[in-house]
Order: sequence, then structure tokens, then C-alpha cells
Amino acid sequence: MSKIHLIENLAVSDSGFLFLHTTGETFTLNKTGSEIVRMLRSRKSKEEILKFFTENYIVDTNTIEKDFEELVAQLKFYSLVTEK
Amino acid sequence: MKKKLRYERPTITKQYSGLMNKFGSSSLSRPTVDIDGVSIKSLCEGYGSPLFVISEKKIRQNQKNAFRIFKNRYPKVQFAWSYKTNYLDAVCSVFHQEGSWAEVVSDFEYDKARKLGVKGEHIIFNGPAKSEAGLLNAMKNKSKIHIDHFDELFLISELAETNNIRAEVAIRINMDVGIYPIWDRFGFNFENGESWQAINRIIQNKNLKLVGLHTHIGTYVMSAEAYRIAAYNLAGLCKRIKNEFNVSLEYLDLGGGFASHNTLIGQYLPAEQLVPSVEQYADAITNGIFDVSFKSEDLPTLILETGRALIDDAGFLITSVITNKRLTSGKRAVIIDAGVNILFTSFWYKHNIQLCQNSGVHTEDTAIYGPLCMNIDCITESINLPSINRGDKLLIKYVGAYNMTQWMQFISMRPNVVMIMENGKVELIRKAENLDYLLEQELLPKKLKLIPV
Ligand SMILES: Cc1ncc(COP(=O)(O)O)c(C=O)c1O
Repeated sequence: MSKIHLIENLAVSDSGFLFLHTTGETFTLNKTGSEIVRMLRSRKSKEEILKFFTENYIVDTNTIEKDFEELVAQLKFYSLVTEK
Repeated sequence: MKKKLRYERPTITKQYSGLMNKFGSSSLSRPTVDIDGVSIKSLCEGYGSPLFVISEKKIRQNQKNAFRIFKNRYPKVQFAWSYKTNYLDAVCSVFHQEGSWAEVVSDFEYDKARKLGVKGEHIIFNGPAKSEAGLLNAMKNKSKIHIDHFDELFLISELAETNNIRAEVAIRINMDVGIYPIWDRFGFNFENGESWQAINRIIQNKNLKLVGLHTHIGTYVMSAEAYRIAAYNLAGLCKRIKNEFNVSLEYLDLGGGFASHNTLIGQYLPAEQLVPSVEQYADAITNGIFDVSFKSEDLPTLILETGRALIDDAGFLITSVITNKRLTSGKRAVIIDAGVNILFTSFWYKHNIQLCQNSGVHTEDTAIYGPLCMNIDCITESINLPSINRGDKLLIKYVGAYNMTQWMQFISMRPNVVMIMENGKVELIRKAENLDYLLEQELLPKKLKLIPV
């Protein structure tokens, strides 16, 4: 199974501000978005992240899975993650 | 058990520093949860989604305000409600209770006004395509018939002659007031003398009584100066008629066309900063008339057929989010349950869309599409929206004009319309359509029936 890796050189603030040292690019994340990025940073797997969400938020598995994949697709688009 | 948190779709948005945000600052952070004190949630529970909502209070405020502004500047003012702008019975009746006459452009609108109890002499009959029966009926009721072309003039004259009636008529006049396009398809032209020719024919016809002059220079007219020119031209003709034929006209009708506070697609600045106020339109029109000096007893009544500007902000459309999508371009899209078939004005307005529940503060450029299986079904190409979920509500503001008349059933049917009354009571004023309603008009030839009767 592939694992999603957040790239190095990335600073994530508590308020959802994401800064890429190498290029100077900045991004903002909403609360759930930063939660996911933080979990990725602590090397949590997709399954662990989905489980965390269904346990702590009013959301069903299908929805969080779809939204998670979409966020990851965007992170990839901005070259913020790699999949190995 | 632990209380779970409200879920919000995770989002990430790239920041472009140094560039001006072309979507303007977001005013979306605080949700709109009610209309005139009635909760949007309860409206949806009672009447479904999508749902058109009209505020009785707002209509009355708008009409009273416009009347006061004109009346402060001119002694004789009469509004006539433009039926085509919104001809729901409840809406027309509020305007009539506020003292407005009816301005109609078709036989059925005419009959609708009569059914509501509007007196014949308080109906202005405009439009290029009045039927013979409709004209005769209007003549008998002493309605004001605004003649659009010479064929109509001859027809009215003939009908009046054979039925031994003296018809009360005005002519519609088109002119160049510096705004384009010129609506020169309607009425008689001012500059080339066609209107003066029509006036001559009418005055010499014993079966016709010329009571007024009419123009409607366009819709969503952003120049008050255009109205000053139009008013000046009509007033000048009125005075010339008095001088040459000793005929005093009862009124000058300046039509409709004031812009509402909706922003047009392609307009960079919000409408509030571009569009003249009612005061500015009123100054322009009344100055235009006063520039032609009348004796006070000859001062004609000023009629206004204002539509859009009086009803747009009294109408709301509540819609629900069906799903979120990501387009191949990377752009975010939201699909809602209201399509362009009920929100025609999406083709020219950048609609004011509000959130109805608490959502995140991070916004992303988003396109909003309706539920129709058609590419044209776009409510807005670009709006900054925070993350919203399926079932969340959006409120589209300023939709009172033209949508509830130009709508059509296509794939989905027309939804309920409710009016929030001044006392806060909610009244259903038009029922949502259903299959029975649709089939009422259809006939299936016997040999095509699959189910034997
Ligand atoms: C003759 C006439 N009067 C009044 C109106 C109402 O115009 P508006 O809604 O722009 O005020 C129209 C609209 O096209 C019209 O054609």
C-alpha cells in the first residue's frame, strides 16, 4: 500500500498557515485541512486519519474518504506531498 | 458518549501575495440565518428547497420610498406596476394597495390586472403585439392604450369608429438619449419626426383622444442624465402639442429602467458604487420636465413604470448544496438545486450569494452550477466560498425581478413561492408545480396509449 509523505521544508502553524521554505510559497488551510496535514506530518496512515475523523467529527466514512483524497490530490498538485 | 464536532470539508488555498484579490473582500463570514425574522431553516422545512421568498415589508418600503422621493420634487406622480417584472397576484396586489396602477404588455396580463380589481382607467396597455379583442376590451374599459406602430394606430382607429368609442391613447416614443442599444424597435422615433407625424394623425382623428406620451429608454440604465434628456424631449413635445393644437396632455410616462442593486457580470465595482440612486433619477427626470416651462395648470402627471428597482431586493432564493466537485482545471465547483431555468438573471447578474450556516473562514474561488444536465447551467463562474457541505443552504439575494416570470419548467419544475407578510406570517403564494400540473395541458392520442383504458 502506498504511503503519503509530506515534503520536508514545510512549516505548519497552529492557525493553518503553511509555508514552504524553498520557494517562499504560502498556503492557508482550514481547521480540518490543517488537522490532516499535521497528521500526515506525524506519519499517520490514511486509515488512521479516516478513523480519527469518523470518531471525532459528524461525518461518514464515504464523505471523509472522498474529501481526504481530494485534499491529497491538491497537495500533490502543489507538490507538497509525494506518494511512495 | 463524546460530542462530535461539526465537520467541514478540508481545504487548502494558495496565497498570492502582492496581487489584488480580484474577487474583492469576502463578506461571507457571517451567515444569513433569517429573512425578515423568519428562519431560513424553518422556511425550507415548511416549503422545501429551492424556495423563492418575497418580503411584503420590503416591497412596501421600496414603493413608499420611491413615491416620496418623486413627490418631493414634482406635484403629480403616479406609479404603474410593471406586470412582466413580477406578476404573481400577491406581488401585484401589494403594489396596487400602495396606490400603483397596472402596466401590462399582453392580453393575459391585462386580464390578470382586471381580475385583481384594477379599474380599467388605471391600466396602461403597452407592447407591440396587442390583439384586436384585447384592444377593443381595453378601449371599452377606458384604459390607456400606448400605441407602438402605425398598423396599430390604424387598427385602433377602425375599432373605435365601428364600435363608436373614443379611445384614450398615448404613443410610445423611442429616442437617442446617449445610451446603447437604443430601443428603437418600440414605438415611433423622436429624431426623425415619426412621433410628431403619429401625434398629428391622432389629434385629427375624432375617435382617438391623445392623453399622454410614453417612452421606455431601456432597462438597468446606469445614466441618470439619459432620463433628463428623455423627460426634456417628452415635455417639449407636450408643450408643442399645447401650442399648436391647444390640447393639454394628462401625463408623461417615463417608463421603467432604473438599475437595481445587483452587479452585472463584467462590472468590476459593486452596483452600490456605480448605480444612480432613486433621488438622482428623480432629480434628472423632474429637472428635464421643469426645463420646459409649463403653466402650472398645464403640468402633466408624471407616470413611472419602475419594475426591477422596486422588486429585486424584495425577492430571495433559498437553495441547497447537492455536492462539491473539483473540475479538471483544479477549480472548485459547488452544485446546487436551483438552475438557470428558475434563475434567468444568472445570465447577466453576478448574484449576491450568502451562506446560511457557520462555515470556515478559509475561502476558495468556486463556480456554482445548477442541477440541469446542461453546460449553460451556471449560477456564477466565480465566488469566494468557504467549505460547505451537502445539504447546506445558500441564499441568493435580489432575485425579485423577472425570475418569477421568465422561469420555465425544464428538467426540474418551478418551486414554491412564499411571501413573508408584514406581521411575520408566512403565506404560500404560488404552489410548486408537479406532474399533474404538467399533464393538465397534454393530450395523448388514443392509438398511442400503452395502457388500455
Ligand atoms: C414598457 C416597459 N415599462 C416598464 C418596464 C420595466 O422596466 P424595469 O424593470 O427595467 O424598471 C419595461 C421592461 O422592459 C418595459 O418594457
